[in-house]
Amino acid sequence: MTELALHRGISLHRIGAMILRYWYLLLSSWPRLLELLYWPALQVITWGFLQLYIAENANFFARAGGTLIGAVILWDILFRGQLGFSISFLEEMWARNLGNLMMSPLRPIEFLLALMVMSLIRLAIGIIPMTLLALFLFHFNVYALGLPLIAFFCNLIFTSWSVGIFVSGLVVRNGLGAESIVWTLMFAILPLACVYYPVSVLPVWLQYVAWALPPTYAFEGMRALLIEKTFRTDLMLEALMINAGLLAASFGAFLALLRSAKRHGSLLSGGE
Amino acid sequence: MTENGKASSRPTVADRGSSAAIAVDRLVKVYKQTRAVDDISFTLPRGSITGLLGGNGAGKTTTIAMIMGLVLPTSGRVQVLGHEMPDESASVLGRMNFESPYVDMPMRLTVRQNLTVFGKLYAVKNLADRIARLAADLDLGDFIDRANGKLSAGQKTRVALAKALINQPELLLLDEPTASLDPDTADWVRAHLEQYRRDHNATILLASHNMLEVERLCDRVIIMKRGRIEDDDTPESIMARYNRTTLEEVFLDVARGRANGAKEAVR
Repeated sequence: MTELALHRGISLHRIGAMILRYWYLLLSSWPRLLELLYWPALQVITWGFLQLYIAENANFFARAGGTLIGAVILWDILFRGQLGFSISFLEEMWARNLGNLMMSPLRPIEFLLALMVMSLIRLAIGIIPMTLLALFLFHFNVYALGLPLIAFFCNLIFTSWSVGIFVSGLVVRNGLGAESIVWTLMFAILPLACVYYPVSVLPVWLQYVAWALPPTYAFEGMRALLIEKTFRTDLMLEALMINAGLLAASFGAFLALLRSAKRHGSLLSGGE
Repeated sequence: MTENGKASSRPTVADRGSSAAIAVDRLVKVYKQTRAVDDISFTLPRGSITGLLGGNGAGKTTTIAMIMGLVLPTSGRVQVLGHEMPDESASVLGRMNFESPYVDMPMRLTVRQNLTVFGKLYAVKNLADRIARLAADLDLGDFIDRANGKLSAGQKTRVALAKALINQPELLLLDEPTASLDPDTADWVRAHLEQYRRDHNATILLASHNMLEVERLCDRVIIMKRGRIEDDDTPESIMARYNRTTLEEVFLDVARGRANGAKEAVR
């Protein structure tokens, strides 16, 4: 029987147990809760005022109201989604609890599913207040995007999970010495996903790279919606297909890295 | 399956020991240039308590980790409760448990929260009753609602033992279960392990540096040195073979390379 075959028979009660574990942790630590709220709020305030300033001085931005602040909110969904996933995972490394979990009946797929649910919960705690701040301070109502917002959200969160699964695998394999990758890898995507500018700004050869990244489609789609008032379903469908491939690849990479960790004895050390 | 992804097909000790709690056959683990475990074989019958002795770097922890499926062997086979590890680990992980100094319980969660989470992971029925029973048996009542990080070393060990017993395991793997405990608490833990074995006919494999503990608890001792099995017998037989009155003296003979001389002298 292969390791992959063991992932049949997913147990909801084990996933629920892991969610309960992270929920207990969040409730026991006000700094953790504050951290979820603090940075997104700071982001939206900074970029919101910048948007106001540019809109007063540039005709294009006056017309395309909300593209900057909308980009900040969508970027935070992407970034915070990955951090929400990865930090829950890192909690196990910091607590030296991974061995207990690996020795329990919890299966890797159940562990990853629990981390996905926690990333949604942590994201909701941080992003919902952020969107309300944007509404009250800058009159930007992200919910007015309507159904397209769901498409943007899904594509961004799927990418964030793929990155989260992959970096978690790197930490399993290499220990906490690889922790910095958790915090920085998503920033490698920032310039290529064209968060704050259209893909056409990039050199032609780099545009191919940009279009290989699902978030690019979400940010282009948001600009099309806000500037041209058009919802590009084609962009969302293409992003969804790439995301499906990315999720499968990241899960495969996680299993391979877990196997490599077992081969090298990394699960016993977990340190640097 | 080994780290190379190959399953061994030789008829082995493991085949003969399918009714055994643990059957280890020609197990090897190589880390780069180091042979951490070097071609060891043993079978543990159900209901036995076996001590795994050896100095630092003897290969005890790696052996236990391979039995648990946390480390992949370079070659050889491990069967646990009749199932191949790690390929069939899903069939046995719910029936075994462990305690090790290499892992901790989450520090910010209370003892009750930790036991609740692990109880749910192990699908323990009547979990509240089970936790109450463990709290009574292991004397956790005074601190069951305190964060794990705020407990003393002795209290943490009792909590770790409670976690190891939460699913009433048929097989218990213990790596230094009484390390850093005062003599009274250590004695108390040993008594509880003996009681648990009697009540549940459980199999216990215990790695320890504490020779008195091994003498008291174990009906069999496996002595390891540099990844190999140096001796494997009852404590009494081993002491007689080395002409020693304590396992500690035997351990020193083995550790300092006097083992052959001591055995020769007896002959």
